Amino acid sequence: MKNVGKMILDAPGDREIVMTRVFDAPRQLVFDAYTKPELLQRWLTGRPDHTMPICEVDLRVGGAYRYVWRGPDGMEMTSRGVFREVVVPERVVVTERFEPTWYEGEAVNTTTFVEQGGKTTVTLTMQCASKEVRDGILKCGMERGVAFSFDQLEEMLASLPEFTASKVRA
Amino acid sequence: MTSPGHLDTTFSALADPTRRAILARLAMGEASVNELAEPFDMSQPAISKHLRVLERAGLISRSRDAQRRPCRIEAGPLAEANKWLERYRQIWEANFQRLDALLEEMKAERKTPYKNNVRTTKQRNTRRHDR
Repeated sequence: MKNVGKMILDAPGDREIVMTRVFDAPRQLVFDAYTKPELLQRWLTGRPDHTMPICEVDLRVGGAYRYVWRGPDGMEMTSRGVFREVVVPERVVVTERFEPTWYEGEAVNTTTFVEQGGKTTVTLTMQCASKEVRDGILKCGMERGVAFSFDQLEEMLASLPEFTASKVRA
Repeated sequence: MTSPGHLDTTFSALADPTRRAILARLAMGEASVNELAEPFDMSQPAISKHLRVLERAGLISRSRDAQRRPCRIEAGPLAEANKWLERYRQIWEANFQRLDALLEEMKAERKTPYKNNVRTTKQRNTRRHDR
């Protein structure tokens, strides 16, 4: 129960960004929430003022998915790709590409669902396929602030008195 | 207000583990290039190169006086980077909190799956089966 609700974000290697989160629900339910369009549309919406009007998921190897988010200004962002591996309800591997793009090339995202004592740990590993793609993701990852360990940065920030105050507020 | 370009420079500068370690050291107080080079097992020119990147990103400043030219950490750009990280984290936290709520709903529905639906025996059995 200890880790339920705590998101852990890390970048252990040059090619990977890893995000972990524990949910207080059995694996099948979490897997459904991650793979069924009508459920994805209810949570994967990002910013509070954004919606996901289009969500298509063809959950099989070689099948495609497409998410379209829309902001209040009508601006849209699309994420799309193809399923490389589907093991219900354990593991999904997809390719990922954004339009408009915020990183070069295609990423390969592996999501695993591990159940223990009724809780499910979801681990998303984002990995790039080539050096060019890696560099693109790394660059963009940096811009997005994820291509290095949040924890390391937070640790560092916590050692500065100015940030300890702002952390307490947050 | 810092421009997005400046934020890129900050994150690029922070992306290197040696530079993060240098900043962590400087968070404890100012230090000279020599003092910084010591724990990293790196040559002074190599450290100086990292310091130039940090200085360009505005993350550190070096005093002009004396030979020692101690480095000190500058909090401004880090505050901007921290704000950005917080926003990114908030987006994902918000996603996951919505998912938490959805899962609670799904769990409740599963406990009383037949309340609002008339299902055939066959469907019920199938449903039980895949649990």
